[in-house]
Amino acid sequence: MIGAAAKTAASLDAIIVGAGHNGLVAACYLARSGLRVLVLERQPFIGGAAVSRRLYQDFTYSNCSYVCSLLRPEIIRTLELPKYGLQVIPYEGGCTMMQGGGHLALYDNHDALRREISRHSKRDAEAYDRYSRDVMRQCRFIKPLLMREPPDPTSFKPRDVQELLYLGKRFHGLGEQRMYDTLRFWTMSAADFLDEYFESEIVKAHFAGSSIIGTALGPRSPGTAYVLLHHYMGDIDDTVGAWGFARGGMGAITQALGASFEASGGTIRSAAPVSKILVRNGRATGVALADGEEIRAPLVISNLDVRRTFLESMDAKDLPDEFLRQVKNFKIRGSSGKLNIALDGLPRFPSIPEGSPCTRGDMHVTDTIEMMERAYDDWKDGRWSRAPYIDMLIPSQIDPTMVPDGKHYMSVFVQYCPYELADGPWDAAKRKAFGDTVINTIAQHSPNFKDLILHAEIRTPWDIENEVGLTEGNIFQGELTMDQLLFNRPVPGYAQYRAPVRGMYMCGSSTHPGGGVMGAPGANAARAVLRDLGRAH
Amino acid sequence: MTIASTQARFDCVIIGAGHNGLVCAATLARGGRTVLVLEAAAQVGGAAVTREFVPGFRVSAGAHLLHLMPAELLRTLKLESHGLEWSARAMSTTALVPGGARLSLGAEEALRGLSPEDAEAYSVYAARMRRFAAALVPMFSGVPPRLGTTAWGDRMALLRLGWQVRKLGKRDMRELLRIGGMNVYDLLEENFHSAALKGALGLDAVLGANFGPRSPGTVLTLLYRLAGECGAGASGLSQPKGGLGAVCDALAKAAAAAGATIRTGAPVASIRVEGDRASGVVLESGESIDALSVISSADPKTTFLRLLGPRHLDTGFVRRVNHIRSRGLAAKLHLALNRVPVFSGVSEAGLRGRLLLAPSLQHIERAYNHAKYGEFSSAPVMEITVPTANDPSLAPAGQHVLSAIVQYAPYALKEGWQSGRQRCIDAALDGLERYAPGLRASIVGAELLTPADMEAEFGMTGGHWHHGDLAFDQFLMVRPVPGAAQYRTPLDGLFLCGAGCHPGGGVMGIAGRNAAQEVLKANPNSP
Repeated sequence: MIGAAAKTAASLDAIIVGAGHNGLVAACYLARSGLRVLVLERQPFIGGAAVSRRLYQDFTYSNCSYVCSLLRPEIIRTLELPKYGLQVIPYEGGCTMMQGGGHLALYDNHDALRREISRHSKRDAEAYDRYSRDVMRQCRFIKPLLMREPPDPTSFKPRDVQELLYLGKRFHGLGEQRMYDTLRFWTMSAADFLDEYFESEIVKAHFAGSSIIGTALGPRSPGTAYVLLHHYMGDIDDTVGAWGFARGGMGAITQALGASFEASGGTIRSAAPVSKILVRNGRATGVALADGEEIRAPLVISNLDVRRTFLESMDAKDLPDEFLRQVKNFKIRGSSGKLNIALDGLPRFPSIPEGSPCTRGDMHVTDTIEMMERAYDDWKDGRWSRAPYIDMLIPSQIDPTMVPDGKHYMSVFVQYCPYELADGPWDAAKRKAFGDTVINTIAQHSPNFKDLILHAEIRTPWDIENEVGLTEGNIFQGELTMDQLLFNRPVPGYAQYRAPVRGMYMCGSSTHPGGGVMGAPGANAARAVLRDLGRAH
Repeated sequence: MTIASTQARFDCVIIGAGHNGLVCAATLARGGRTVLVLEAAAQVGGAAVTREFVPGFRVSAGAHLLHLMPAELLRTLKLESHGLEWSARAMSTTALVPGGARLSLGAEEALRGLSPEDAEAYSVYAARMRRFAAALVPMFSGVPPRLGTTAWGDRMALLRLGWQVRKLGKRDMRELLRIGGMNVYDLLEENFHSAALKGALGLDAVLGANFGPRSPGTVLTLLYRLAGECGAGASGLSQPKGGLGAVCDALAKAAAAAGATIRTGAPVASIRVEGDRASGVVLESGESIDALSVISSADPKTTFLRLLGPRHLDTGFVRRVNHIRSRGLAAKLHLALNRVPVFSGVSEAGLRGRLLLAPSLQHIERAYNHAKYGEFSSAPVMEITVPTANDPSLAPAGQHVLSAIVQYAPYALKEGWQSGRQRCIDAALDGLERYAPGLRASIVGAELLTPADMEAEFGMTGGHWHHGDLAFDQFLMVRPVPGAAQYRTPLDGLFLCGAGCHPGGGVMGIAGRNAAQEVLKANPNSP
């Protein structure tokens, strides 16, 4: 095996550290351009945080990321992912249940949705059109930037100046009023933003949800309007903002990427943890595995977050001090937990009409923005939210292949849950207590829920870090705050996927445009590599 | 509206004799315009006023320190020759630390009470922030450019902004672009260990702001303050003789000397519109006054919604005005004391400076948590001055006044200020007593000005010092609202000159000066 590896290694062009979706996307593009690429994965399975796993009987869990929308359509097309088994099925709805009974349902049918909103507020039903139009306008403005290298505003290099001019042009193209809207939108809090449209608490609460998912901010923190947008930027079959399930779980995405990669001649080695990225005279020369094996290649591309990459896999002496200082300053905060639950049957939610499609999408039980903000206050004090915001789905309703007949799988994303607790490290008892908090929250809205639970996997940020290797279990590989976006992501002056070491690149969500199963960082990193090699993308 | 005007026609009528209104008046009068200033209250000053709050005890009712008004403005308007004197300049700042330890941040005795490591980091940090502040001065003191116009002035202004930042050099520019959108909590955590130091530096970022230290945008509010102080010149925190009211008295004299007329006790009821332009104002007395230009130092909501009226504006603009966030969270506590207050560990010199009660960033953040839900802080943070330590004339001989900005105290208190007031005072006194044992016993009278009180007394919507939150989405070319950020409004002949405009509040006077210059530009060759 070692010999064989060494043999292939002798003729490698590039090594990619980590088989997460971004690592695989980068690998695919490079392999398709004729490079000999080896992907190394620490776990015995590929996928990083986009995996489907059987942890209990025949139940398949999407046990980290759980829904699909942001994955760039151009990536799906170019890499022929459908051919390799990727099939995304859109949600049929969504809902937020209210504390005292009652609910707000969301339907993909626009008229139905307007009727539903007007049940809560006629004015908000009117405002909804203005709201979705404005949000979509912002999406249209930002989308083209996702697949581009952010310019360095401090540089006078033609490329950077050109790119800055491009941004300036696009911005100017919005027209005066829209430019102001954009300036405000990028810097506002979700709460203030929603207040400018809606009056009904439940409507505001429902839309505010996506402004806090994965972030260590509350809905009243400036900048969360952008996070809300970040979750809108995807589309399924050209339905902008739509979300869906990957058939067979999120692992289907990385499995398809892996298959596409191998079909274009790439090699994947799992259970091959990289312990060090090797550097000689300021140049990356390959990697060393935990078992001491060394694999050489002129290009090393890291899918790990910047802290793992530069603080844990490299020698400080090989990196500039200022760069290291900035990497240490990069905020990667654990703020979310996850429960994966095997159910003996479909839970009943009395506040939702029997058979309503709105349970076949994302369900929530936080009906005011104040509840979310208070949940955040708990996190600030180093404890999990006593009344957490949860994003709960039952994919098995739409994809029965995930469970045995008649059974169901529920994915519960939980905001907020700290990486470090004020009262000392995580342990089994605290993990269970956290899980119970979430289960009880759901049980308040579903009388038969607890009796249906066959198995529950409880994952704190600490667990996610240890299994997936995401620092603090942060799902975006770094906060999506103004100081960590565009040319600041991950580090000012190093936002163009190139590390300060020649031959080394970053392709994880720590880089622009950030997290969510989007694939853009991987594609952009590959483009940067190919440009440096003088090859077309 | 139809009452015939008996008055002579003025070039400019200014609504409100706050510091911005008066700066604007003086500047216009010096520019050769005939100017009338109309003030609702019986005296000039607006929220920069000195008044009695307990028989024999006087205090600066609003702002209690002067540190943002450009030295060059004081010179041009010759305020010192119009009677402005100083009882203290370059005042020190002392952080109150539990257990009577002390941390002084005053220029002369800098860094006392810091670990060598923090002291080192502080000098690096302070120097860098000073460089950033200096680079931002032009941005904070100039007229914000309009976006999307083809006017060369606007384009040049944008380029100048860019150039000011670019001039910092690669490394500083990158750092500024990084921290510019950050929260002050992270910035200080990146730099320091001492909780007291972080608390003290963090408090300056949230004073008067609708933010806690963890709110992104608080580095901006801090830079706003630092750039203001940098633009103000070397004299630092200052206390005018006779309180802040003395500044406005001098401004009024300067305006009058330049030929402006000032009428107090003359509340404006409405702005008159004829043929799609402002043509004057009508007083509550019914008296009507003609003017070529009407300049309002009132806050934008009062100006557009109450004095002008939505029917003269298009709905989009009115919606934006309605969305201005202008609910204050800062209260003012005034104590009349029968002896000098003794803060443990604070020297007499320290008492003549500014005292900060913000033991840690967490403490400030927790205090802010309450405000988010319409409660006042159970353990508020404070900026404290003892004006009588520098200016005995404010109280009977041997007695003293304590003036404190108390945060957070939201405008719309859930339980209502009727029942909340005394409990809020008690919360503040509990905090003070911890650092100044025995203070309670020396109190002969107390007054709490909540944001609701300030709205009533000074006519600022929401009782907000800045006439609107200082935040990225209400800043520069979007302050107070897009389309009115250059002191002109959609209505010809109507201008804004108050704190609601760029750059915002604090006794600064820049908005008033900039507005005056825009008015002079708008009709250069008027009589």
